[in-house]
Amino acid sequence: MKRYDLIIVGAGPSGLSAAIEAAKRGIEVIVFDENEKPGGQLFKQIHKFFGSKEHRAKVRGFVIGEQLLEEADKLGVKVELNSTVIGLYQDKEVVVKKDDKVTHYKADAIIIATGAAENMVTFPGWTLPGVIGAGAAQTMMNLHGVKPGKKILMLGSGNVGLVVSFQLMQCGCDVVALVDAAPRVGGYGVHAAKVARTGVPFYLSHTIVKAEGEECVTGVTIAEVDSSFKFIEGTEKHFDVDTICLAVGLSPMSQLLKMAGCKMEDNPKRGGQVPICDEHGSTSIPGIFVAGDVSGIEEASSAMIEGRMAGITAAEFLGYIQKDEMGTELENLDKALDGLRQGMFAPSNRGKLIEKTDEGIEVSESLLKKGYVSDDEIERFPGVTHKKGIHPVIECTQNIPCNPCQDACVKKCISIGSNITSLPIVVEDGDCINCGMCVASCSGQAIFLVDEDCGDGTATVTLPYEFLPLPSEGDKGIALGRDGKKVCEATVVSVKSAKAFDKTHLLTMRVPKEYAMKARFYKEAE
Amino acid sequence: MSGTRIEEHPILGETIKGKEITFSFDGKEVKGYEGEPIAAALKAEGLMVHRYTQKEHKPRGIFCAIGRCTDCVMIVDGVPNVRTCITPLKEGMEVKTQYGVSDKPFE
Repeated sequence: MKRYDLIIVGAGPSGLSAAIEAAKRGIEVIVFDENEKPGGQLFKQIHKFFGSKEHRAKVRGFVIGEQLLEEADKLGVKVELNSTVIGLYQDKEVVVKKDDKVTHYKADAIIIATGAAENMVTFPGWTLPGVIGAGAAQTMMNLHGVKPGKKILMLGSGNVGLVVSFQLMQCGCDVVALVDAAPRVGGYGVHAAKVARTGVPFYLSHTIVKAEGEECVTGVTIAEVDSSFKFIEGTEKHFDVDTICLAVGLSPMSQLLKMAGCKMEDNPKRGGQVPICDEHGSTSIPGIFVAGDVSGIEEASSAMIEGRMAGITAAEFLGYIQKDEMGTELENLDKALDGLRQGMFAPSNRGKLIEKTDEGIEVSESLLKKGYVSDDEIERFPGVTHKKGIHPVIECTQNIPCNPCQDACVKKCISIGSNITSLPIVVEDGDCINCGMCVASCSGQAIFLVDEDCGDGTATVTLPYEFLPLPSEGDKGIALGRDGKKVCEATVVSVKSAKAFDKTHLLTMRVPKEYAMKARFYKEAE
Repeated sequence: MSGTRIEEHPILGETIKGKEITFSFDGKEVKGYEGEPIAAALKAEGLMVHRYTQKEHKPRGIFCAIGRCTDCVMIVDGVPNVRTCITPLKEGMEVKTQYGVSDKPFE
């Protein structure tokens, strides 16, 4: 039997963060992970993260993964891969299967950071090849460089469904529809808007009737559902697709904790069977801690903070730090975590219908039902203002924890204030120099630089662009509105790329000036 | 179905692959890259059906792609129930469609 001070199960964002904090304090840590590579789901996340600087906002997920691995490596954290923990017992004994061998370990403290598994829904044909999890799509396209399909229907409008739909388009797939049985979009409005403006139709209050095909998926039928989720006859719609992607939520993988005898509860707000634990991850068994999605489904950003908390708490439990040192550290982390848990999407607001923003502005009905803010709603948000010359137009309409735009502007044209969930405001006397940093820094791709009147009857709109092939100067195409429908012809004025933009290109298009506040995406003419 | 490999990605750049190698799928020679999951190489070739179930002879393919659901199991070098989504591809591997737990199609 091998002994360690601390055994961590799971080398994802929370497990690695916990290992880093523990190792910093001189603890001998080993991390087991069943996968071939460490990093959990971080390496499949290619979008820029939300939050503020301390949460590594505007850094892409896979880059955060690289940073965590490098840090863990420097500190001498041992990560054992292809190692499945198959048993956890009350006296902190751990049984690990690697290849065909089972090894027995014992630790003085254990942190379980096993994350979550995808939920599934069943419908006729759901077992056909071509019906895949959204995680499977991410794994294939972002890790293995293979397209999950050609024509894809996405079921689920939570952040996973929205983000994965966008990623599918980035790798060259065609997303034909985004469908959700719920009456409202579940994820961030900005994620929905960036999908909707490319022309993907949203079908809320709809779900899958059946997947069609004999050997594999060849099509899908959806239909509208009523308020008790029953199909409404005559509302069926058919799509020719080869792939159906399911993004219907996550469930904590908490089996090991149950096995060890930790007190558990069924908590729908946390995503299912979770251990009963305090705010820093201590379970009912002294010395067994939890961090990340295993104790409640949230984002990777919060999982990293929870991991650090668990690492520090375990260090105190093992006697490597004093109680007061732990107290100070945890206090700071509490603040950071609290920042992420504010706003409309806070865990405490799950399932609630929020009608007004913190500022008292009515939320966009169209955004929740169709995935985009309608032209008549957009003007009421404080990021949408008008002035002469180039100025930022910030179409950020929900209270989400994110503020990189405020730091991005050297001219201080954008203000969020100390509360990171406040809506960004375009400062009245700001002197925009058209640097584009705000456009590239917005994780939600919700900032545009607009010159509403260039003096010759035209306007220019600069938008974030993350697709290939990149259009070039002089290209003529069409401008799409927020709803993804054609509004007018457009000419590409410039496409700027810079290291500081981190792969978000800034496409500037010229449109007739009456469309300055309508044109929000550029598409090549067909 | 060709062209399902992502040649260049707007965020990830060019896909970095291992050495190109040859393996066999149901007796046919197929190319793939060393170290990628068997399922990724087969997906790039357009394969959808990995196996047929024992009782109802229903087709199954990639579903979770992380080694959890076992839908994508195939017969690899004579061993049945190999999770192709997490098993690295090697030169000369013999991969076969799985019928129940056998490589023989149902009567």
